[in-house]
Amino acid sequence: MEVFTVPFIKEQPKPKVMNGSHSLNPHIVVENLNVYIKGIHILKDINMTIPDKSITCIIGPSGCGKTTLLRSFNRLHDDNVDVKITGKLFVDNEDIYSNGIEVTHIRKKMGLLAQRPCSLPMSIFDNVVYGPRIHGVRGRRKLYEIARHQLVAAGLWDEVKDRLKSPASTLSIGQQQRLCLARGLAVEPEIILGDEATSALDPISSKTIEELFVTIKDKYTVVLVTHTLRQAKRIADYVAFMYMGELVEFGTADQLFNHPKNQLTKEYISGGFS
Amino acid sequence: MNIKKLEEKIFKGLMIGSSMLIFGVLLYILYIIIKKGLPSLSWEMISQIPSGGFYLGKEGGILNAIMGSLYLIFFSVVISLMISVPVVMYLNFTLRKKSRFSAFARLTFDVLFGIPSIVYGAFGFTVMIFFGLQASLLGGIIAVSLLIIPVMIRSIDEVAVLIPVELIEATKSLGATNYETIKVILRQLLPGISTAVLLSIGRGIGDGATVLFTAGYTDSIPTSLTQPTATLPLAIFFQLSSPIEEVQNRAYSAALILTVIILILSFSARYFSRRFSKNKI
Repeated sequence: MEVFTVPFIKEQPKPKVMNGSHSLNPHIVVENLNVYIKGIHILKDINMTIPDKSITCIIGPSGCGKTTLLRSFNRLHDDNVDVKITGKLFVDNEDIYSNGIEVTHIRKKMGLLAQRPCSLPMSIFDNVVYGPRIHGVRGRRKLYEIARHQLVAAGLWDEVKDRLKSPASTLSIGQQQRLCLARGLAVEPEIILGDEATSALDPISSKTIEELFVTIKDKYTVVLVTHTLRQAKRIADYVAFMYMGELVEFGTADQLFNHPKNQLTKEYISGGFS
Repeated sequence: MNIKKLEEKIFKGLMIGSSMLIFGVLLYILYIIIKKGLPSLSWEMISQIPSGGFYLGKEGGILNAIMGSLYLIFFSVVISLMISVPVVMYLNFTLRKKSRFSAFARLTFDVLFGIPSIVYGAFGFTVMIFFGLQASLLGGIIAVSLLIIPVMIRSIDEVAVLIPVELIEATKSLGATNYETIKVILRQLLPGISTAVLLSIGRGIGDGATVLFTAGYTDSIPTSLTQPTATLPLAIFFQLSSPIEEVQNRAYSAALILTVIILILSFSARYFSRRFSKNKI
């Protein structure tokens, strides 16, 4: 089978580390993670190490457990009684599933971008400062500075600076997704999780978001679930390929796209199945 | 003309016709009330309580019934809101959306919704006897609350089931606690809650059967919860059953007052809910 028609070349220079999943600065470490939903084994013995200050893309066909994995990173399964989780998940060397860990403390470390942006029912300004407010930041001036800073970071400031008081629902979907990013960044997380964050957006907005990810990866660890291989090729530093609830291969983008070790990975990235 | 076009025309006609019919009935009701009620409507009517010979056509007004109805509906709506909102929150956000219990609870509320108001009146009456209460403002409030709680729960619930899981997750992923999440949900629910309040006011303030046994009737304005109180629907009822024409006409002006009160409450509720939803938490 002809596997590679066009060799993959990444536009940017590669970051420093590189040897499979072994990185110098692991940020999220998953150890023997198993997730069962209504008794069905969804994630099977996942072991992976996500390095910090880089973009890690999780790819794989629909229903392979990408989203389930991503949602276990910030314990979003907690409220669902059907879900049972075993194994360990370390963030900053702290097992987030061990007893006595405050869930709000974990979630504050991570910003989540959902598939469809979900603005809170309040003004643009209040959306951005919602997180800081509930975590106790007070004072008009301070909150305004936070809002301005994060909206600039999300590339939205120029479009909304004159209407910060209008309801967030008046923004376009693309703008709302950037607003959600600004809102996520405002709680000063260390990790940004994106669950197919660009799939509901038009090509231009989705390009803007992608570029934002690339800009912010100097400061944040970005983990993205994506359906589009091309997106992963464009922005990923590390790629995890999942199939049927198992982690098939994890490596740098270069390794995984140009020299995949596993036959399944080869087939998937060459479009053999989707 | 082919059959499809005919079909379209018939359905279009049916839709327009039905809407017109309903609108026409509403206008006709308003016309009758205004035509018969306006001549006998006076400042005296809304600013005074009945004097000795009021029910024989002498001077006095129905301030007792106006205030009674306002007190009654205000407290009933407050109590019902305090009960309905937590119930809806529990059904939608604590229980799983499609659990058996929530389905059963919804069915129960539908049944309660359909129970005639006289039954609530009679039930309220037995409760009052049980507690040794007499016909009083408190009794009326209890009975009217029972009447409007199912209305409120069902109409808030209609909006609550539409709240996307993503909203809850978006809030929680920012590190919000359950309580903070509920505050955000409440903001999203605000238009639904204001509609629910409007429906409840409409149902509660205009209902005569619930208050007939429970609130009693009196010519004075109640000064405590244990005193009986007059209400507008009963004021209309008693005056309309009088053989004296002048008194009958006053029933229509009482109906006009009731309608205007409902309109004022509706508009102000809509206005305030719109204002609130623009502001911050």
